[in-house]
Amino acid sequence: MSQKPARSLTLFLLLAPAVLWLGLLIVLPHVEILVLSFSERVAPRVYAFGFGNYLEFFTEPLYWRTFARTAIMSIIVTALTLVLAFPIALYIARVAQGRLKAMLLLLCLLPFWVSELVRTLGWMILLRETGIISYTLRAIGLADQPVELLYNDGAVILGLVYGGLLFMIVPLANALESLEPSVVEAGFDLGGSRWTVLRRIVIPHAMPGIVAGSIIVFMLTVGNFATPVLLGGKNGLWFTEQIYAQFITRFNWPQGAAFGMLLLMLSSAIVWAGLRLTGQSLGTTLKQA
Amino acid sequence: MLTKRASLKLATAFAALMIAGSAHAAEKLRLLTWSGYAPADVIEQFKKETGIEVEVTTSNNEEIISKLRATQGAGFDIVQPSQDRIAGPQTEFGIYKPLDLSKIKSDQFIASMLEATKKNTSVDGKVYGVPHIWGTDGLVVNTKAAPKVADYNDLCDPSLAGKTSFRAKRPALIAFAFANGMDPFAAYGDAKAYAALMEKVGAKLAECKKNVKFFWEGSDQLLNAVRSGEIVAAMAWDTGGWKLNAENADMKFIAPKSGALGWVDTFAIPAKGRNDDAAYKWINFNMRPEIAAKVAAAAGNFTASNGADKLMQGKLKDQFAESFPKAAIDNIKWYPAVPAGLEEIEGKVLDRLKAGS
Repeated sequence: MSQKPARSLTLFLLLAPAVLWLGLLIVLPHVEILVLSFSERVAPRVYAFGFGNYLEFFTEPLYWRTFARTAIMSIIVTALTLVLAFPIALYIARVAQGRLKAMLLLLCLLPFWVSELVRTLGWMILLRETGIISYTLRAIGLADQPVELLYNDGAVILGLVYGGLLFMIVPLANALESLEPSVVEAGFDLGGSRWTVLRRIVIPHAMPGIVAGSIIVFMLTVGNFATPVLLGGKNGLWFTEQIYAQFITRFNWPQGAAFGMLLLMLSSAIVWAGLRLTGQSLGTTLKQA
Repeated sequence: MLTKRASLKLATAFAALMIAGSAHAAEKLRLLTWSGYAPADVIEQFKKETGIEVEVTTSNNEEIISKLRATQGAGFDIVQPSQDRIAGPQTEFGIYKPLDLSKIKSDQFIASMLEATKKNTSVDGKVYGVPHIWGTDGLVVNTKAAPKVADYNDLCDPSLAGKTSFRAKRPALIAFAFANGMDPFAAYGDAKAYAALMEKVGAKLAECKKNVKFFWEGSDQLLNAVRSGEIVAAMAWDTGGWKLNAENADMKFIAPKSGALGWVDTFAIPAKGRNDDAAYKWINFNMRPEIAAKVAAAAGNFTASNGADKLMQGKLKDQFAESFPKAAIDNIKWYPAVPAGLEEIEGKVLDRLKAGS
């Protein structure tokens, strides 16, 4: 009997940092944001309870259209990232051996040693009208005047895919690593073509990794701020920019808080829908990530 | 369990931290300002004279207000918002402290500017700001590539498609209102009329958006684009225009036909500033003509200090004379204080402008 309290105390102490971290930095601020999102300005320094901030999102087309645009583009980015990352992950997990494998993973990781802002500015140097690509195109005669490649949706998607690649490759490579070579061989022995083996054996095996990577990339993309703002310019409106604008330039915290909660709920709903569609459960997916 | 020694160490560390904290508070002035307003040599000299160390954070109007609002006016000892952005936020959020004018040497200021600023920054009979640096918003033009630009509306001229820029912020709304024959300041008192007027300006800007390469955010971003030739005409601050003019005589700052917009950045004290004495010392120190001239030269703008203009270098004076003939000076539209609530109307127009294609 005397040992039990001591043991639970140890457990409590071990868990304390995690609980404090979650409680103070995640749960508490969210509760405060939630409370804030239900207050409406009546007069200077007078606020009342109300749902007006949420109604504003649904009645003003501007805001929900921005959200829809952000969500659709994020889904496109996630799909593109998956298509690009799959062969790379397959190569790293199945073909590369020893030092080559470590080096390839390191190469994927390397760009993340500088901050997102610097990477995005790097893309701007490449893509701008007086930038390197435009200059090269003119030098080899493919264009007769400067080409502006920045400030459009393509540039935004490019930047976001680039930023999401690593977070797709790692869970994918993890999932593919556990695939038994004998299972693939058996597939070929039974007369399966390369395509059939990929579709019926490799992809189903990698499914938890695919879902885990997709969730991470989608959430990172939806919540991104710098990349759409810098690469998209005047046409790069992203929902996070609306939240920033409400908080910082409009001083309208309750509206910004409501937008923040809506972003959290709507993007969670999209992830949930994605899990349902692919028949995956969150539990197995999390194990993979 | 903590051993005796460990707890002793912890206590010592805490004590040391507290001493260090209080010792710093006694000799530090936390300044929240615009870039260029606190040059290193001025800070150095202030420290030599008073022993007070100045800790500089650079920002802009919106962020100054947002930062102070987040802490209800704590975190800084002196801030520099524009004169029109004091009364509204003060009414709404109570983030500033009334100034004790007896502690400010008023004869160091240009009298008319001091009076105007005091009037604009008053709430319930208390004054919240005194002027420091002033300048204007107008047109920065590459006169070789875009010789015809003379007013804000010319930024929407199809012949300059993809080569113009403005900031998607309130000065653009005000400027295009004047350029299209409306007087936004006259509508300040009537929120409904103001909303209708802003709708019209918003429609005009939405049409103009096709012509704009990007809405610029930071002045370095804009200046680089003008230098490289990507932008040939933009609505921007005079200081940026004169900076470019010093590098290339074809680049000019032009006072638009419908009037340049005049702004005044102030000194104000946050509601929970901890070092008011140092703040007043900093204000009086900064308004001394020789210091004010130094700061004005570093910022590339003009100062509200009385007598500093005689100490200014020739270049900026010449540039000002070229950009502002007598009639253009009289035509400068000075921002009146923004009443609380109007910025919400403007905000929505700007949101729509950014979202439209």
